[in-house]
Amino acid sequence: MKKAAKLTASARRTQRIEICKSYAFILPHFCLLFVFTILPVAIAIVLSFTYFNTLEAPYFIGLDNYVRMFTTDDVFMTALKNTLLLAVLLGPGGYLISMFLAWMISELGDKIRVLMTVLFYAPSISGNVYLIWSVLFSGDMYGYANSILLELGVISSPINWLADTRYMMGIVIVVSLWTSMGTNFLTFVAGFKGIDRQYYEAGMIDGISNRWQELWFITLPIIRPQMLFAAIISISGAFSCGAVSEALCGFPSQDYAVYTLMNHLSDYGGARYEMGYACAITTLLFLMTVGFNLFVQRLIKKIGV
Amino acid sequence: MRTMTNKKVGRGSAGRIINFLVLCGIAVFMVLPMIYTVGSSFKPLNELWVYPPRFLPQNPTWNNYQDLVTVMNNSLVPFSRYIFNTLLIAAVGTAGNVLLSSLSAYAFSKRRFPGQRALFEIVKLALMYSVVVMGIVRFLLISWFGWLNSYLAYIVPAFATSLGLYLMKQFMDQMIPDSVLEAARIDGAGEMHIFFRIVMPMVKSAWVTLIIFSFQDLWATGATNVVYSENLKTLNYALSQILAGGVARTGIGTAAAVLMMIVPLLVFIVAQSNVIETMATSGMKD
Repeated sequence: MKKAAKLTASARRTQRIEICKSYAFILPHFCLLFVFTILPVAIAIVLSFTYFNTLEAPYFIGLDNYVRMFTTDDVFMTALKNTLLLAVLLGPGGYLISMFLAWMISELGDKIRVLMTVLFYAPSISGNVYLIWSVLFSGDMYGYANSILLELGVISSPINWLADTRYMMGIVIVVSLWTSMGTNFLTFVAGFKGIDRQYYEAGMIDGISNRWQELWFITLPIIRPQMLFAAIISISGAFSCGAVSEALCGFPSQDYAVYTLMNHLSDYGGARYEMGYACAITTLLFLMTVGFNLFVQRLIKKIGV
Repeated sequence: MRTMTNKKVGRGSAGRIINFLVLCGIAVFMVLPMIYTVGSSFKPLNELWVYPPRFLPQNPTWNNYQDLVTVMNNSLVPFSRYIFNTLLIAAVGTAGNVLLSSLSAYAFSKRRFPGQRALFEIVKLALMYSVVVMGIVRFLLISWFGWLNSYLAYIVPAFATSLGLYLMKQFMDQMIPDSVLEAARIDGAGEMHIFFRIVMPMVKSAWVTLIIFSFQDLWATGATNVVYSENLKTLNYALSQILAGGVARTGIGTAAAVLMMIVPLLVFIVAQSNVIETMATSGMKD
């Protein structure tokens, strides 16, 4: 402020114009981002304390939605349990796998690396090709899994993979991981590719003796910025899982075995129009996603120290 | 004299071969379902239902694709309309997203203004949650705006993404030296001139990447709760309906799935070096 006071009137005016120009640059984007991305969370938090069916005005009911969620809604508890399990396996799991694969790919020659990158990335952008897994795991003998197992004599009658609670979760996890080598994976591929080889030579002189030491003390600290970004992409994707389980196992799935919070959300928000309750689920999902993200960011900052 | 290449520890030739073989194995796992999809789309009807099932067609045929065209021509809403809808949404949504994100990123990267840091922290926070969390209230907002059942409901929310701004800003931070902009300002160039003539050409990789990501997202737009008129629905929705048409439609369904996956895949392959260059700058500094 003191510095500004020393400026002449015309300089101050130019400065003010420059600031206005900056705001003009960000204004269109930020208005829309505010309305469609930031405001929805704020509104959801407010509505989560109300009863709202979209026909009548919402009215305040305190913590009732949250109480109902944890005390009387058994399906919610199942969805919460499934979501946490899937989020932990798909978020950190998918993250580590994409990092590890990108690391392995980085050892290859240029052309083959590009080919592998495309092959691994392809499932994540192929629309709903994951529906094909329902043919591979189809419950009759025409399904691949069944026909192979029948052929080998492992089983004597076909297994109904996608409606048998013993297998559903495993299949959803495999298929979800299959689609999870997306932006996070590309970030790692780019990160590993950009590492200057001089660091490794310096590391050898400093006494790094195997490739695991090299990974922990040289490689990971260098790509830590990429790790922080990729973690966000992996984790926010993992908490919103539900599309794969719905496509493969139906809505709702047998005994709610792979039913997630996202499915519960579309049930209450999309079908029943109980918006207050749906917003309470939204708020919880938001807090879990952001909380877990911030926690993982802190963990990653401890790498290589 | 030592050569300067490959100075990394623990890379025996055996290690390299194992590394390569493991990667090949995983690559096969990744592509097999897709090869199966492509293969099935060329199977004649009698090969789709044989026991034991065959992976690849024995007598490949275009029948499924011809049937797909027939189904498309006979649908209640002409298929060209679904294609038009998807292309319109993808084109306008992507153009808006790239333009608005780039303008905003330029100010965040190369200009100074009060509140800058706080606003960027908000953008980073917004990266941390997904569309699912915004879904319900977005529906309410769009209905309050009176945009239900219109193209606006698809397009306007796609105009401003936190990811778009983030990627563009990180790329500009690393790829545009401030001295270039200072020189242009001394020469009397206006801000708009600097932005369109100097900044945007220098960050081509970043906006090519953003075009790809945005296009992939919008191309995949399917059934939503904000649009219910049949003639405003998307290609992905129409093809998913065919795919969900059950056993009798398996052949056409796989042909539809191939159509949906081939476009984003080709687009990515063409632009992949730009994407990798952009993602290299996407890192988050602590």
